[in-house]
Amino acid sequence: MRQATLQRLMPWFVVIGLFMVWEVACRGLSVPQYILPAPSVVFDTTLRYAGPLWDHSIHTLLTTLAGFAVAVVGGVLLGMAVGASPLVYHGLYPVLIGFNAIPKVAVVPVLVVWFGIGTVPAILTAFMISFFPIAVNVATGLATLEPELEDVLRSLGASRWDILVKVGLPRSLPYFFASLKVAVTLAFVGSVIAETVASNEGIGYLMLQASSRFDIPLVFAGLVVIAAMGVVMYFLFAAVEGRMTGWATRRAMPMAD
Amino acid sequence: MQPPMHPFVELDRVSLTYPGGTLAVDGLTLSVAPGEFAAVVGPSGCGKSTLMKLVTGLARPSGGGVIVDGHEVAGPLKIAGMAFQNPTLLPWRTTLDNLLLPLEIVEPHRRRLRRERAAYVDRAEQLLARVGLAGFGPRHPWQLSGGMQQRASLCRALIHEPKLLMLDEPFGALDAFTREELWAVLQDVWMERRFTGILVTHDLREAVYLADRVFVLSSRPGRVIATYDIDLPRPRTLDTTFTPAFGELVHALRNDISRARTMADKTQEEAS
Ligand SMILES: Nc1ncnc2c1ncn2[C@@H]1O[C@H](COP(=O)(O)OP(=O)(O)OP(=O)(O)O)[C@@H](O)[C@H]1O
Ligand SMILES: [Mg+2]
Repeated sequence: MRQATLQRLMPWFVVIGLFMVWEVACRGLSVPQYILPAPSVVFDTTLRYAGPLWDHSIHTLLTTLAGFAVAVVGGVLLGMAVGASPLVYHGLYPVLIGFNAIPKVAVVPVLVVWFGIGTVPAILTAFMISFFPIAVNVATGLATLEPELEDVLRSLGASRWDILVKVGLPRSLPYFFASLKVAVTLAFVGSVIAETVASNEGIGYLMLQASSRFDIPLVFAGLVVIAAMGVVMYFLFAAVEGRMTGWATRRAMPMAD
Repeated sequence: MQPPMHPFVELDRVSLTYPGGTLAVDGLTLSVAPGEFAAVVGPSGCGKSTLMKLVTGLARPSGGGVIVDGHEVAGPLKIAGMAFQNPTLLPWRTTLDNLLLPLEIVEPHRRRLRRERAAYVDRAEQLLARVGLAGFGPRHPWQLSGGMQQRASLCRALIHEPKLLMLDEPFGALDAFTREELWAVLQDVWMERRFTGILVTHDLREAVYLADRVFVLSSRPGRVIATYDIDLPRPRTLDTTFTPAFGELVHALRNDISRARTMADKTQEEAS
């Protein structure tokens, strides 16, 4: 088998292998279902609850994407401000670090008081948890301008705005797209956290209900669905990244002739 | 060559202390006539790049005055073309689009670029051909060799036909053959356009080949300790570099610089 094919199939081997070890361990050690259900049981449960799982996943997905969309807009604006202005950088950076250190699960109850139980706290939690890497990456991209290039442009009479538009933003694009794939998985974490604490819809809510009924296989079915959605979104944005910023990795653009 | 009445670039007893207390240049006085090509040589760290920043207005002097084109320099110049040892082309733009970058910034080109794009592209392609990069416009910089990138960087500094060209070791990273080839190219363009040029270099042969006048700086804090008028006829060629007159000039420069360096060592010994 060729190296490339092997590399492409490897993730599937690993996943299948993982499930097999898990299956064998559960059967061999006769682990009770309410502690750790075997993959076959989880699979059965997933099929049995396919309807509700689907509905709740779609809800979680939309919530996540809504929060993520706000995070992209907010993160880019914040990153631009921090990266382009040393004054804003020095003023905001400690505040941002502090904000990022707060466990978002602790904020959810506050959001519930403000907005009530439902989708809004989940969207906001997804936003809060995922805007930070976007902002930091955009700011980094802007701040890593070569001093010599800046000299060239300024001696031509370029304004700060010119430099931002012609050099800063294009340069920060690879950083931006790299942050998107990380941020979207974080957004899932945020929305599911909020759903388990304060929602009556979504995969997090479904799992909380299941676990209160000791329906552990359904909890695991939910976990697998979340993981699957996370993987799909990650690779979706990784593909977007590859398409948009080929010049940064120098492989997506074949020679012109 | 007689210094004319009004120099294009004039530094008068300029000093500059960087934040942190490094006195980079002190009592630096020199002038470059309009259309003259000057070279600046000196020991490493003596303030040559600082001089470039002072002339282009990217750094403000702590003392003394800088005058360019009859005006006291108070901010970045807006008329200069610059190139460095590092080509700093934008990797997401093609070579041609990299060349057009200054035109997107400098007036009046900025206003006209959209309407007269074809004419400007023409101009850029002609310039590329001049430096031996004909047909490389659509390539991205990372598809070019280091020497080709440096040629493109030189084109970018020249595309808006600046009255002042500032070069800080532009050929420092190139092999000897490419370097000598680019001396000839640069001399050609200069003889045709007669802009004022200031070239910082470590290569004394490069200085003598290209310049009308060479300034030798002392060790830090830099000031001019010797000035040479290079009266060799133009266009100079590689053969010129093998003439006795050329050799003597290079030799004299070398002596000056080693003297500047030993002087610095002595002052350091006395200080410690
Ligand atoms: N931004 C800066 N901040 C503080 N000190 C600086 C800065 N830039 C340069 N210096 C100091 O000023 C002195 C002169 O620097 P400069 O870059 O002008 O030297 P140079 O002659 O160009 O050296 P080289 O030949 O190695 O390029 C050096 O001692 C350097 O450490
Ligand atoms: Mg230097």
